[in-house]
Amino acid sequence: MLLIHCPYCEQDLPELEFAYAGEAHIARPADPSKLTDEEWRDFLFIRTNPRGVHFERWRHINGCARFFNAARETVSDRFLLTYKAGEPRPDVAKLTGVAQ
Amino acid sequence: MTSNRLPNRGRVDHGKPVRFTFDGKALQGLAGDTLASALLANGIHLMGRSFKYHRPRGVVSAGSDEPNALMGTRRGAGQFEPNTRATIQELRDGLEATSQNRWPGLGFDVGAVNDHLGSLFSAGFYYKTFMWPRAFWDRVYEPVIRGAAGLGVSPTESDADSYASRFAHTDVLIIGAGPAGLAAALAAGRSGAAVMLVDETAEPGGSLLSEPDVVIDGKPAWDWLAATLAELAALPNVTILTRTTAIGYYHQNMIGLAQRLTDHLDTVPAGAPRERMWKVRANQVVLTQGALEKPLVFDGNDRPGVMLAGAAQTYLNRYGVKVGDRPVIVTSHDSAWYTAFDLAEAGAKPVAIVDVRTDVAGALTDRAREHGIETLIGRTVTGTSGRLRVSSIRVNRVENGKATTPRDIACDTVLMCGGWTPCLHLFSHTKGSLAWDDELKAFLPGHRTEAVHIAGAGRGLWGIASVLADGAAAGTQAALDAGRDATEHAHTVEADRPGTGITVKELPTDRDPGKAKAFIDFQNDVTAKDIRLAVREGMRSIEHVKRYTTNGMATDQGKMSNINGLMIASDALGKAPPQVGLTTFRPPYTPTTFGTFAGYHKDATFELTRKTPIDPWAEAHGAAFEPVALWRRAWYFPKPGEDMHAAVRRECQATRASVGMFDASTLGKIEVAGPDAVTFMERMYTNPWAKLGVGRSRYGLLLGEDGFIRDDGVIGRLGPDLFHVTTTTGGAARVLNMMEDYLQTEWPDLQVWLTSTTEQWATVALQGPNARKLLEPFVEGLDITAEAFPHMAAAECTVAGFPARLFRVSFTGELGFEVNVPARHGLALWEKLWEAGQQYDVCAYGTETMHVLRAEKGYIVVGQDTDGTLTPADAGLTWAIGKKKPDFVGKRSLSRPDMVAPGRKQLVGLLTDDPTVVLQEGAQIVADPNQPKPMKMLGHVTSSYWSDAVGRSIAMAVITDGHAREGETLYIPMPHHILTAKVVKNTVFYDPENTRLSA
Ligand SMILES: [Zn+2]
Repeated sequence: MLLIHCPYCEQDLPELEFAYAGEAHIARPADPSKLTDEEWRDFLFIRTNPRGVHFERWRHINGCARFFNAARETVSDRFLLTYKAGEPRPDVAKLTGVAQ
Repeated sequence: MTSNRLPNRGRVDHGKPVRFTFDGKALQGLAGDTLASALLANGIHLMGRSFKYHRPRGVVSAGSDEPNALMGTRRGAGQFEPNTRATIQELRDGLEATSQNRWPGLGFDVGAVNDHLGSLFSAGFYYKTFMWPRAFWDRVYEPVIRGAAGLGVSPTESDADSYASRFAHTDVLIIGAGPAGLAAALAAGRSGAAVMLVDETAEPGGSLLSEPDVVIDGKPAWDWLAATLAELAALPNVTILTRTTAIGYYHQNMIGLAQRLTDHLDTVPAGAPRERMWKVRANQVVLTQGALEKPLVFDGNDRPGVMLAGAAQTYLNRYGVKVGDRPVIVTSHDSAWYTAFDLAEAGAKPVAIVDVRTDVAGALTDRAREHGIETLIGRTVTGTSGRLRVSSIRVNRVENGKATTPRDIACDTVLMCGGWTPCLHLFSHTKGSLAWDDELKAFLPGHRTEAVHIAGAGRGLWGIASVLADGAAAGTQAALDAGRDATEHAHTVEADRPGTGITVKELPTDRDPGKAKAFIDFQNDVTAKDIRLAVREGMRSIEHVKRYTTNGMATDQGKMSNINGLMIASDALGKAPPQVGLTTFRPPYTPTTFGTFAGYHKDATFELTRKTPIDPWAEAHGAAFEPVALWRRAWYFPKPGEDMHAAVRRECQATRASVGMFDASTLGKIEVAGPDAVTFMERMYTNPWAKLGVGRSRYGLLLGEDGFIRDDGVIGRLGPDLFHVTTTTGGAARVLNMMEDYLQTEWPDLQVWLTSTTEQWATVALQGPNARKLLEPFVEGLDITAEAFPHMAAAECTVAGFPARLFRVSFTGELGFEVNVPARHGLALWEKLWEAGQQYDVCAYGTETMHVLRAEKGYIVVGQDTDGTLTPADAGLTWAIGKKKPDFVGKRSLSRPDMVAPGRKQLVGLLTDDPTVVLQEGAQIVADPNQPKPMKMLGHVTSSYWSDAVGRSIAMAVITDGHAREGETLYIPMPHHILTAKVVKNTVFYDPENTRLSA
């Protein structure tokens, strides 16, 4: 069971308190009607699914109930860091020491 | 019965006899015995039959790696356990043990015919033999296999015991309390670190319990052990748990521990849990699990009386049991020589030591000669004999790798040792890499992914002195890494028994190796030739060899068999072992009871049951209940003699004739409040909200961003900034999560607050032509006449003296109201309305009647009539879409090409040609019942009921291009006949003009 750092509660807490919420940094388009069918398909369904650092959303659902973002290494399952919703995507090279 | 117990030897209590039974026979052991040691003390080696061939089997080991001595054990009703390892189960007064996999008896077993049909059951037999013909599988193979095989018998009664669980946090968790673990615990404990030391057996000490003659720090081993345990016990920061198996090593140093609490007790204190699951989060983990002894692979190595040499040493020194009088020792490692010496000194007469190595230390051969034991160096073993107990062993000379002249040696036990495998199962759970050590012929820990230290025999060291030093160093380092000041202490060791050995493939033979029964995996009956056959038949990866032969797939997870299997597979493949690889170890380390995993979550606490405030009334009035999500809901209210159909017909008729009462409290409720509440609602739901007046409500439809229906419910506007949203009973949490997601992450600028109010409000629905008459006298502060409070009106008022949110709403097609009052008043409101309703013959109805009444009106239930792939258009709900809204969740998807293409499944009504036939919900629908199978399914029935109001059966279904099939006859094939029905696009079967609900 993972320990996850909630950036709002500022505590490391067991995975049981959290719910996964899909890939991060996929903003809903301001005006979906302007998107082509292909663009809208990509927004809905196309995800990066990387072997390596994955930016993803979690919700502290059994705690403060806030959504936040995390960078997690998908090979080791390890969290590299978590940060508040709305903050920019961190630099992977700074997190891992290697460029992706 | 001969007694093999040696007086005054071992750690058992010779003054405390313990009675037990084995296959009904009354026997006696001693306090401190395991079931296996007590049986051996009674001269019993034959303890079971093997899984596949039903070969007679004796105990092989003295630990949790035991593959053969698996038994049913029983304490009382609901306390039967199959596959108890006799080597782990401690003897207790009155223990009932029964052998497994045999009929009619252990000595004579009909299933042993499998042994003579061995060629039928060779590697891959599951895949080859039973593939064809299909009918043979159903009628012959499966019943025969099920009858003959199976590992023990599942208990049929529910488990009478209780189980516990606990969380713990510690600086240093040490797994394995042998010499390395004890030294680590001393080092870490003295530093002040919080230390947990766990061991799976009844007593700490590990190999020291089998090596009493070693002298540590000037004391005999057992005195040193006692002093060490006393020192640890005096340290308040150290906790020792025995009978505790570390079953799994999970992320970030979380370890699962299964602690056995009562199976060893003669009598169980009332209420004491049987086992406890610990979930330990450790800053540092030290693995001191030691090494597991390997068997040697030769024909007949599974005969009762053939066992591991190290196990024999443990039975002798720890339990005071001599496993045989005339053992032959067969080994590739020095350790078994010491077993022979210990047995000789205890009065047994070891016949010979057969060493497959050509080079053995002179000190060992000299000492054997002093004991009068024949030494046979550089030999091989090619067979054993004896029906239910080994009586002789066939030993050959080896010349140029080939077995030559054989010789039979009479014996009563064969003690084998094929070297030792570092126990790295838990380390493997962490995905730590293993590195092959070609000298040791063993995998050793490589790259670590966790804060873990491995010490002792677990990383290939041998001898008490070296593992003590290694344990002390690991304990010191773990304490330092946990932020403590620790200094290493040295230990002195005398009379140590260091040694070396080699690991070999199956032993060479002068006989047809194709006929040899040289076992690798005793529990799954896998032989050396099975592995070679698998390689010949094309298996290249060790994972394929494993699955083809089932080697290592038994409950012991190949603790004894993995390396022997690998050595033979790598020889057959002509590749080095690391290129062939090792199969993956997975938790749990040893078989673990379901009860331990369940812990407190059984019976009433298995799952939460949500009950409404009105539930006690329903129970008192004889309701039948059904589970809906986690709720228990009143299903129907049968009167004496009524079945469900009769009750539901009566409830439907009474509601449509006068008035019915329904507990709708489980409806999900979410309060959407704030200056931007209307903007938020406009964006979330398909419907328009901006122009919905305060005091009005509207059916709301919620889509996912993919355009599919997610939820629905009536939503009331109670103020300019306040919406009372209702959701489906099962969808409340999902809808709130979705709303929070959009509010927090897409539109954080909106000033909106979301509150789950499902359990704050009790909801009573009054439905039927007399609903207003019943309700009106209770309402204060609101005119609820038809003109003043029309259909879909909503208001705050007082009902029966309670503050209320009142909705005029109908899920039945009748004049209807839903009264929401604070939950604590729900029951009182219900009872008042019930009492007043008697003059109108009010009827309480349950969810089944609710479903019939709504289906008569064609109202859908999201999740029953939709399945997550229906759009509003598919469900006939385009009217619920605000056409002028620029955007809402899911809008863009509704114009995607796939969403408007022909061939979509659409919701329609179905009327059976025979009006008395009620279709089965879930039944599949086809266009042509005479087409060959598999038929093309057009869709399925989603809702189906008998309707008194309509005077016939009614149904809804989702059908490909359903909306274009008006009037078409479709077919519903059932097991014994084919039903026919006509499609109707309009699903409103009753009162299509809605005159009744507008009354
Ligand atoms: Zn939080």
